[in-house]
Amino acid sequence: MFGKLTWAAIPLNEPIPLATVCVLVVGIVAVLALVTWKGWWPYLWREWITSTDHKRIGVMYVILALVMLLRGFADAIMMRSQLALAAGHAAGYLPPEHYDQIFSAHGTIMIFFVGMTFVIGLMNFVLPLQLGVRDVAFPVLNSVSFWLTAAGVLLVNVSLGVGEFAKTGWLAYPPLSEIAYSPGVGVDYYLWSLQISGLGTLLSGINLTTTILKLRAPGMSYGRMPVFCWTALASNLLIIAAFPILTATFAMLLLDRYLGFHFFTNDGGGNPMMYVNLIWGWGHPEVYILILPAFGVFSEVIATFSGKPLFGYRSMVLATMAICVLSFMVWLHHFFTMGAGANVNAFFGIATMIIAVPTGVKIFNWLFTMYGGSIRFTAAVHWAIGFMVTFVIGGMTGVLMAIPPADFVLHNSLFLIAHFHNVIIGGVIFGAMAGYSYWFPKAFGFRLHEGLGKAVFWCWFVGFYLAFMPLYVLGLMGATRRMQHYADPTWQPLMVVALGGAAVIFIGILLTVAQLVVSIRTRDRRRDVTGDPWSGRTLEWSVSSPPPAWNFAVLPTVGGADAFWSAKHRAGAAVAEERLIALSVPKNTPLGFFVAFFMVIVGFSLIWHIWWSAILGLLGAIAVCLRHAWRTDLEDSVSVATIAEHERAHRLRAAQA
Amino acid sequence: MNTFVDVASEEMPSGIPLSERGPAPRRVVAGFGFWLFLLSDIIIFSALFAAYAVLSGETNGGPSGIELFDKRHVLFETACLLASSFTCGMMMLAMERRSAPMTYFWSLLTAALGVRFLWLEITEFADMVHRGAGPARSAFLSSFFTLVGTHGAHVTIGIAWLMIMMLQVATIGFRPMVIRRLLCFSLFWHALDIVWIGVFTVVYLGARP
Amino acid sequence: MSRITRRRELIGLLSACAALLSSCSYGVLNPQGPVGAREKLILIDATTIMLAVVIPVIVCTLAFAWWFRSRNKRARRRPEWQYSGRIEFVTWSIPALIVLFLSGVAWIGSHDLDPPKPLSDAGAPGVVQIEVISLDWKWLFIYPQERVAAVNELVIPVNTPVHFKLTSGSVMNSFFVPQLGSQIYTMAGMTTQLNLLASHEGTYNGISAQFSGDGFSDMRFDVRAVPSEEYKAWLVSAHADADHLDVPRYARLAEPSRDNEPQIFGQVAAGLFESIVRNHGAAPGASGPPSPSATDASL
Repeated sequence: MFGKLTWAAIPLNEPIPLATVCVLVVGIVAVLALVTWKGWWPYLWREWITSTDHKRIGVMYVILALVMLLRGFADAIMMRSQLALAAGHAAGYLPPEHYDQIFSAHGTIMIFFVGMTFVIGLMNFVLPLQLGVRDVAFPVLNSVSFWLTAAGVLLVNVSLGVGEFAKTGWLAYPPLSEIAYSPGVGVDYYLWSLQISGLGTLLSGINLTTTILKLRAPGMSYGRMPVFCWTALASNLLIIAAFPILTATFAMLLLDRYLGFHFFTNDGGGNPMMYVNLIWGWGHPEVYILILPAFGVFSEVIATFSGKPLFGYRSMVLATMAICVLSFMVWLHHFFTMGAGANVNAFFGIATMIIAVPTGVKIFNWLFTMYGGSIRFTAAVHWAIGFMVTFVIGGMTGVLMAIPPADFVLHNSLFLIAHFHNVIIGGVIFGAMAGYSYWFPKAFGFRLHEGLGKAVFWCWFVGFYLAFMPLYVLGLMGATRRMQHYADPTWQPLMVVALGGAAVIFIGILLTVAQLVVSIRTRDRRRDVTGDPWSGRTLEWSVSSPPPAWNFAVLPTVGGADAFWSAKHRAGAAVAEERLIALSVPKNTPLGFFVAFFMVIVGFSLIWHIWWSAILGLLGAIAVCLRHAWRTDLEDSVSVATIAEHERAHRLRAAQA
Repeated sequence: MNTFVDVASEEMPSGIPLSERGPAPRRVVAGFGFWLFLLSDIIIFSALFAAYAVLSGETNGGPSGIELFDKRHVLFETACLLASSFTCGMMMLAMERRSAPMTYFWSLLTAALGVRFLWLEITEFADMVHRGAGPARSAFLSSFFTLVGTHGAHVTIGIAWLMIMMLQVATIGFRPMVIRRLLCFSLFWHALDIVWIGVFTVVYLGARP
Repeated sequence: MSRITRRRELIGLLSACAALLSSCSYGVLNPQGPVGAREKLILIDATTIMLAVVIPVIVCTLAFAWWFRSRNKRARRRPEWQYSGRIEFVTWSIPALIVLFLSGVAWIGSHDLDPPKPLSDAGAPGVVQIEVISLDWKWLFIYPQERVAAVNELVIPVNTPVHFKLTSGSVMNSFFVPQLGSQIYTMAGMTTQLNLLASHEGTYNGISAQFSGDGFSDMRFDVRAVPSEEYKAWLVSAHADADHLDVPRYARLAEPSRDNEPQIFGQVAAGLFESIVRNHGAAPGASGPPSPSATDASL
């Protein structure tokens, strides 16, 4: 009746997961109780949960990312503390059965549910505003994408309290991830959660690509798009091209596990090497999906706060699209040691190094953007400069490992771990935080507390170096990754330093929360009444903060790059009321929420082999979609009077500033 | 009222390049987005083709392609699918004319041909399983059943989608939303044809001993 | 960003270098064989060349940010400057030239240090053949010519090339002795090859570098590089061991176990390695992988 699900699935005899689950459940219940008591449900349902507004959905993505950062970071602290303790004959406090789940969950959550959601959230919020249009191409699909991602998040977190998570690492190589070697439900949690959220991501990629290519303000040719839009385009093209590979590969592994197929099994003619190739055929473009929007954020931030246009616009665009294409030609550098032979290894090594060229060009262009500028050291700029210093080190170690014989001694070592955290933290996280600081006032109408923002940066910056420089050294000393304990006690001091670094980053995360609380409490002191708190160059700064649901009263006509900058410096920027016409905005819909609800049921049922509820869940999802298919009233209209009133109020507030 | 377009792009002077005419009309946006989806679907098939190419020789002591495939059976399947693409095209012409009866007629033919194709495929699969050549027998058979089966699953979804679209035409008529969806359906159906040509070339014509 | 900050960073950089240098006493930067030595050379050369660009970039980043801060009245502002063909030419050329050079290193190095490529270094006669099987969670080393085997202990003669043929009796692993050089994956049903040589006597740490399950951290083995006579003596004493690695014994050995003590087998069934490869990693005569151990969560 309930498949493999029994009461034994709840970890009653394992104190650490049990304690964690209890804390989480109490916390979630407390939040839900507070919302109920304050009567916020109608507001939340109407304004956020069923919203099809890209600005709301973007904010929800970022909130999801920050919450999952806490979960992924908790895993990190556990890993670091275990390794700080488990030297020589000491066993630490986390047995391998748990430790293996923790590092697998850490990687999965950080890449899929922190990195991707943060970056997609920023792109969602910013792109229509920068492109001078009212919303993304498919607003309802946007809501569905978000909620499918949230469904994946829920499933991964449920595995903490009901069952187990994968113990295979974040990419679940077979044969270890096959049913013979991983008979539990852990790998199934991993696979179904990522299949569901992966669908959301793919739909997002289609949505944002269509938006950039088909929905831009009049006059905004490709050469007049902000560089952030170009990097977002490259990233979303990569999503469309790469995520289907992940879907297909996971489907094959699921068929092996559920129906006894032989794609990747040891017996029956299966080929685990093929999985490694396919998964990295997705995996390498994935890291570029993460980093390209971060590069875009830095382009915007550095240009704005230097008071200069971005240096070498064409070069930047060319470099971005070159990275986009080349990212599909380097995947084998993730397994030089699998024995493909010298010619193949050398080819992929050289291709990997070639990708470093456009990346290097970008760094130089940012440098020369700063040159001759008048730089204001806001928190966002701290992140940008911290990125430029840190990322080049990570890039260097990457090019180093791109040389196959160098990789032969560094593959899968802590040196590798240090490298990819170097580029992901120094690149993606720093970029996400810069974007968060930069666009927060646009989203909420007030700036974040600057002092605390800089403190957050310094904690992340110092903490990163303390946490990961020792790992470079340990890797050179012969330490491999995913160890639960190690024999050589001379490694322990470095592990302790690394734990110290993680603690410093933890302070940074706490300060981020503090910054948010303080900023909200004292928001009247830092109101953004003009809509342009940073003296920006692009179109999102031409509307009020926060923007109205329709973004622009009249779509701007764009005459050149840095559209807002040139408009600002021309006289008569106000919109004449005669030009206003009534507009439509997409209606709210609960479709996304309900589809995700049913997909959680489907996922959970399939994981536990409860076939009847899986079918019911699927029928529910289909029913909800069919109901939506027959909806003919999909838009709300906004009257000229409403628009005019908003414009008038905004101009009044701005004039008083 | 169109959410995105303030000034219809057709009204702009023709000297302005397409990229500068502002947001595209909804029909273009929907079609383009669906094309991107189709491309992503084709990449899923590419991954399955790649798996098939790697595993097609791994028969694990079991039967191989040459021993199992019946070329006449496949020829008939192909004829059904290609014919259904033709009937789908006729259906789209009827839709352009806004002729509901002819739309229903051609769509029923399309669905019938699709169902015939599926029936042929299901009987082929059942026969193979009966002969001990099921998907769990060997890696070759796993990849065969998955590649061909995924295509079949897409055809099944397509037929269901077509039936739902006919219901929509019957209940809410040829409004722009329904027209857009039918356009997307026909793109989908033709794309499945293209994938099938790949399938029967690589799998059936390329079968090895 | 203040001068205090930059000094802080300099201190951080120097202490990292100091830590790095202190690690030279063992690990990848202290190779004990020609393969590792050549790989270390590549590491050092490539890093030095790239530092020649990375360090100036870091310095320029901090310098430009500091000099062009808005409160610096002495800085000359150029608010419209956004393009320079000459600078673009240089910024594309510098990375391109470095990549060109490193590509040469990569091409030559990949061929020179390709794991299956026999070593031409040693003058000593004969190549020692060793067959390696990764199991859950231990390493089995078979000496096919001498017909002895060892678990979690590898004894090799110094200054003699060793040719490894590797496979896995379960999931993917990676055979790695950091101080001797290259690692190589082991995969069931496949044979990979590796050539190493120890040029100094000593005991070196060996591990698996590809995560393989709950007992992964225990997959440590000692590599003892000993003089030729001692090696021959070890072989003789190994032969005397009562334990025989025949097919049933191997099947028992292949069952999952952790924290294995080193052990020796005095006799090994002929062709055991080949039959394991042919059987896709399963013990000869078995039809599939060994059943999961009781310590796995069996939900």
